[in-house]
Amino acid sequence: MSDATHHDVSGVPSKLGRYWDLNEHDHPEGHSTMLGFWVYLMSDCLIFAMLFAAFGVLGGNYAAGPGPKELFELPLVAVNTSMLLFSSITYGFAMLAMQRGSVSQTQMWLLVTAVFGAAFLSIELYEFSNLIHEGATPQRSAFLSAFFTLVGTHGLHVTFGLIWLFTMVVQVSRKGLIQANKRRLMCLSLFWHFLDVVWIGVFTFVYLMGMLR
Amino acid sequence: MTAVPLPATAPPQWTPLLGRISLEQLPFLHEPIVAATFAGVILGGIALVGVLTYFRLWGYLWKEWFTSVDHKKIGIMYMILGLVMFVRGFADALMMRLQQALAFNGSQGYLNPHHFDQVFTVHGVIMIFFAAMPFVTGLMNYVVPLQIGARDVSFPFLNNFSFWMTTGGAVLVMASLFLGEFGQTGWLAFPPLSGATYSPGVGVDYYIWSLQVAGVGTTLSGINLLATIIKMRAPGMTMMRMPVFTWTALCTNVLIIASFPVLTAVLVLLSLDRYVGTNFFTNDFGGSPMMYVNMIWIWGHPEVYILILPIFGVFSEITSTFSGKRLFGYTSMVYASIVITILSYLVWLHHFFTMGSGASVNSFFGITTMVISIPTGAKLFNWLFTMYRGRIRYELPMMWTIAFMFTFTIGGMTGVLLAVPPADFVLHNSLFLIAHFHNVIIGGVVFGTFAAINYWWPKAFGFKLNKFWGMVSFWCWVPGFWLAFTPLYMMGLMGVTRRTRVFDDPSLQPYFIVALLGALLIGAGIAAMVIQYGVSIWKREALADKTGGDPWNGRSLEWSTSSPPPNYNFAFTPIVHDLDAWADMKQAKVGRPTEGYRPIHMPRNTGAGVVLAGLSTILGFGLIWHIWWIAAPALVALILGSIIHTFNYKRDYHIPVDVVAAKEAERTAELERLGKTQGAAA
Repeated sequence: MSDATHHDVSGVPSKLGRYWDLNEHDHPEGHSTMLGFWVYLMSDCLIFAMLFAAFGVLGGNYAAGPGPKELFELPLVAVNTSMLLFSSITYGFAMLAMQRGSVSQTQMWLLVTAVFGAAFLSIELYEFSNLIHEGATPQRSAFLSAFFTLVGTHGLHVTFGLIWLFTMVVQVSRKGLIQANKRRLMCLSLFWHFLDVVWIGVFTFVYLMGMLR
Repeated sequence: MTAVPLPATAPPQWTPLLGRISLEQLPFLHEPIVAATFAGVILGGIALVGVLTYFRLWGYLWKEWFTSVDHKKIGIMYMILGLVMFVRGFADALMMRLQQALAFNGSQGYLNPHHFDQVFTVHGVIMIFFAAMPFVTGLMNYVVPLQIGARDVSFPFLNNFSFWMTTGGAVLVMASLFLGEFGQTGWLAFPPLSGATYSPGVGVDYYIWSLQVAGVGTTLSGINLLATIIKMRAPGMTMMRMPVFTWTALCTNVLIIASFPVLTAVLVLLSLDRYVGTNFFTNDFGGSPMMYVNMIWIWGHPEVYILILPIFGVFSEITSTFSGKRLFGYTSMVYASIVITILSYLVWLHHFFTMGSGASVNSFFGITTMVISIPTGAKLFNWLFTMYRGRIRYELPMMWTIAFMFTFTIGGMTGVLLAVPPADFVLHNSLFLIAHFHNVIIGGVVFGTFAAINYWWPKAFGFKLNKFWGMVSFWCWVPGFWLAFTPLYMMGLMGVTRRTRVFDDPSLQPYFIVALLGALLIGAGIAAMVIQYGVSIWKREALADKTGGDPWNGRSLEWSTSSPPPNYNFAFTPIVHDLDAWADMKQAKVGRPTEGYRPIHMPRNTGAGVVLAGLSTILGFGLIWHIWWIAAPALVALILGSIIHTFNYKRDYHIPVDVVAAKEAERTAELERLGKTQGAAA
């Protein structure tokens, strides 16, 4: 919001210049994107909030089936968590490379991030398949329904994050680090770190506190 | 008593090719009412397509409207969608009124239970999601960028996409009339009734996927308008200089963003229960049906404020314009809107005091509910004080505003009655509740939408709406509303429950007949409204706005540009020095610049929104009918299509100076012809 009186242009009656921006410039490209994307993430956060709430309500309803103590393997989950945390660090390196303007290093760190992300997903799928093999299916009890849905929704987000990562690698190689691509990388960065934060919540609330139930 | 045969409720057969579609699922083969409607729709559809083809309008519609990213055209398309769906929803209302007026003394009426249950479900769903929401979103889309002196919204493509997602949801609801069935669960589809065990058919799946598709659109349009209001205001327009309508739009969009994801999540959980067999809301294996009720009302209560807040903004604009005064108590109006926004989150449990959550929880929610009437009351007094000693002009928008003040106040008071938990134990699920929420939604949202249409129509099309037919519509609607719903209040107090198909007590029949007469009067009001639009378009030369864009002597920036505004809205961005920016400019006799134009940066039209929303609708259809060979490719195409769309980096262009200059020269000539120097208009 610039002060109006500075907009007067010489030769134009000052009253016009006071009420109309005679000297205006285009809105910079993507001026609202970061705000819009941030708000989108908060709306996504609410979806997770509902899934956490559902787990909070139903997390103890084992329906005479297995509970967290029988099912969760904390060492495996700890490895999994570290994969995601590492991927956040490497995404940070990708952003630093982007700031330096290095296309190849940006792409390299994006791919390293993708490897950690894929490792996280593989371990999660391995855990899921083990659980289902033991008869702890999403249909077995409300606790397991809530567990699979919360963790699975996070995993689905990571999957879409991976698709987005690969798309960005291609787009960076085709167009370079132009303003539009930098903005997209910043949005993906927000998204990726956001998933990390949500996972911290899952790890604490579902796994650690589940073991204490 | 001769019972009307019940359709089978067994789960439909499944084949890989057609999923759950079979001849059993084509209701127009079995039910004469649906058959007649189907024939009408098919004939009407063929006629419409024929006319569009004959006059070669498809190319025009595609280029100028369907693919348009212009917020004004998208706004108008939302209003058209809302009006069409409103007529459909009203037809359902009339069917229910007729059924309930007939079904006495052993008569079963003319609707079987399966049909009747669908009608009350679809009536609620259509009226809230596909009539009221498009009205509100359409108004915000059209008016907000103009009021804040912007040329478009923050994300023009998303805006187009959001509109088509809403339309896709509407298409699915309409499809359910002729292919399969709609839910028979009531408009919020509470489990366990809406679970796979008790609703094995496609009805609830139509419900889920139509709302999911439309819900994505609503959430995105909320984000879009929020970013627009935060980021794109004209220079000088501080938050406390924003027009009240823009303020209420801001509050509504915050509510949309903070509540629609909740609906998305809860419907996902319900779909998992239905498709995968999870146990979120089942009666056994640890599920909790009441969790659904809590969750959906955490969305549902803010939803009603999403609808009413922008309408409060509409009434604020209209009251100050037609009283010829600055709005009384602008600051308190803003804070009242914000307080309502926050409080709307703290009241959801009043929808089910009977759940058994105990006295202290019920007291908390009862008190927060009653507290909302304080900021709402403050708003009403502000409108009254704005009118006090004003030079009031009883044009159509002002007539609807006054009808709103009477009607809504009474609806608000019956709401406070329902907020008292012990009273609610008596009135829960009764016709009193039905009368209450129609009292606030019709008296508020519907009257407000009509006020807004009459108010902004000349801005959108350059001519006013016919006053005679508008008055006919008004005088049918307002008494019609009271005739239709007063009997419901009375019966509700006597304990008559909602969603009842046949009645044993013959003494109730006169009430239902009066209510039917009221509904017919409302129907006459709708007919008069359609005639009003038709006559106005026909006689548009005579009704043309001769003031150069400011027919009501308005106060905010949308009235400073031409009617209809050019696609870039303003050749020069206005600079704001006062709350009533345009009134201020008129008083200062500023005039408008007629030289020194610059190229104007604008977004490009794109067909991506239509394609992606179309794919989402096809995906929804495949999921509803369990036709996996449609659903899976549609999902893949949707993801690929979204990715391909991001490879399009050329999304904007500049309108060359000479085009702007030519367009503005036209306006200068027009204003001279009318003998107006803009700025001193009216």
